[in-house]
Amino acid sequence: MKTLSDTGETVIAIRGLSFAYGAAPVLEDVSLNVGAGEFLGIVGPNAGGKSTLLKLILGLLEPQTGQVRVLNLSPREASRQIGYVPQYPSFPRDFPITVEQAVLLGRLGGQDRLWPNLWPGGYGRGDRKAARLALDEVEATDLASRRIASLSGGQLQRVLLARALACEPRILILDEPTANIDQRLEGDIFDLLRRLNARLTILVVSHDIGFISSYVTRVACVNRTLVCHHTDAIDGQIIQRLYGEAVRMVAHRHETPRTGP
Amino acid sequence: MNEFLTALAEQDFLQSALAAGLLASIGCGLMGTYVVVKRIAFIAGGIAHSVLSGMGAALYFGFSPLAGALIAAVLAALLIGWVRLRWRAEEDTLIGALWAIGMAVGILFIAKTPGYQSDLMSYLFGNILLVPVESLWFMAALDGLLLLLVLAYHRQFLAVAFDEEFARLRGIPVTFFYLLLLVMVAVTVVLLIQVVGLILVLALLTLPAAIAGHYVHSLGLMMLIATLIGGALNAAGLALSYGPDLPAGPTIILLAGGLYIVSALVSRTLARRQARLGASGGKGHVR
Repeated sequence: MKTLSDTGETVIAIRGLSFAYGAAPVLEDVSLNVGAGEFLGIVGPNAGGKSTLLKLILGLLEPQTGQVRVLNLSPREASRQIGYVPQYPSFPRDFPITVEQAVLLGRLGGQDRLWPNLWPGGYGRGDRKAARLALDEVEATDLASRRIASLSGGQLQRVLLARALACEPRILILDEPTANIDQRLEGDIFDLLRRLNARLTILVVSHDIGFISSYVTRVACVNRTLVCHHTDAIDGQIIQRLYGEAVRMVAHRHETPRTGP
Repeated sequence: MNEFLTALAEQDFLQSALAAGLLASIGCGLMGTYVVVKRIAFIAGGIAHSVLSGMGAALYFGFSPLAGALIAAVLAALLIGWVRLRWRAEEDTLIGALWAIGMAVGILFIAKTPGYQSDLMSYLFGNILLVPVESLWFMAALDGLLLLLVLAYHRQFLAVAFDEEFARLRGIPVTFFYLLLLVMVAVTVVLLIQVVGLILVLALLTLPAAIAGHYVHSLGLMMLIATLIGGALNAAGLALSYGPDLPAGPTIILLAGGLYIVSALVSRTLARRQARLGASGGKGHVR
């Protein structure tokens, strides 16, 4: 089977990127190329600049120096082809909206973003079908008519992923997708991402380098600067350099069977 | 109550008052819902109070206070929206300042206007019994405009109200729709000022929608039910205040406040009962 990565196309190209909030530098001289079909893990200490890097790729922030190109466009122009799953939901949990309505918002944009729509509900059959497919894909079909407020952390994470997939993106970007959920569900989410990787380029931020290294193809370590490693090359020395202090590590493998509750 | 109904059948000014209350409740149902779910009651309060500057200026220069209110409300909405988008860190302070400065400007204008100044009280606390018939047409036109905009752009407004960051990533002009939403809130404030005045407007804007939010969980239904509740509160307040000759505005607001408290208690009890049923109907406790 021919995979996405065989095309050799570069979907994200970052050159000499620097960014500071006020006087505090967050990223310095970062360069990164992400090829089509990659599953890139982004790791690093807290406040090391991981989320800032994502926001620059998404066009939510503008770099002070350097350049970001996404799908050969500026990040703002490309953002509609990116599916984004934030670390914290940026909405109040008790907002009166159903799962289906929230996922359908992923269909907005494009032609109709300034266009009025007097049709009740406002979405076409194609939009509803895409939303339904996205919910199927994350195995959340039965949640469609539930309120957002009634979801557990893991369910909400799936719904946010479905909303991103409803955009029919070419790139999927996730910020700590498993930080707020049960550890048992962490593997489920990453198994799902591995399946999606067959057709999508995926960037995922994680604090858990040991866990994601069994899923991703490459790891970018961000701590103001950026260093890339192939997953098979990660050892204690690299982690120590990254975190800048002695890190106590236990060598372990991820083949222990997951036990039920 | 009977006394009110007989009077309503005979007196034109009561019919106008009732019509004004019902027209105002449409705006309050539509925009109050956005104010509640987007949690911008403070911003709405700032807009409402700075409207006094426009009314005072209109009085001083001798044009229609309603037109002055509308202009001031729209300007205040744009200014406050701009403050919120640009100086997020100082949003609270700046909106609070605009709130008071708007009122100060209005009061200075009114103080320097020669002649009898009974109008000040009716701007502050409303005078539903003195709504002229032309104002009813004006209110109906504003309602129609609000309804049309909400119908046409309900998906964009939902996207901006629910998750601004995601809406921005989808290419929706978030700033435009956010400012449009605030301008529509400003228009609603002007509608409601006729009924309850600018000091009390905030309660009538938020309470019916908040009560609806206790029971329904979609924006469309919230708007519908908030409109019905608002209409009922306006009618009931008018009727109750008529006999003992109370001012109608404060009566309506007290009814709204009372209904909100009762509704909050009832919905909480219902939620607890549901949680108990859920817990015992589910897996069952092992004791």
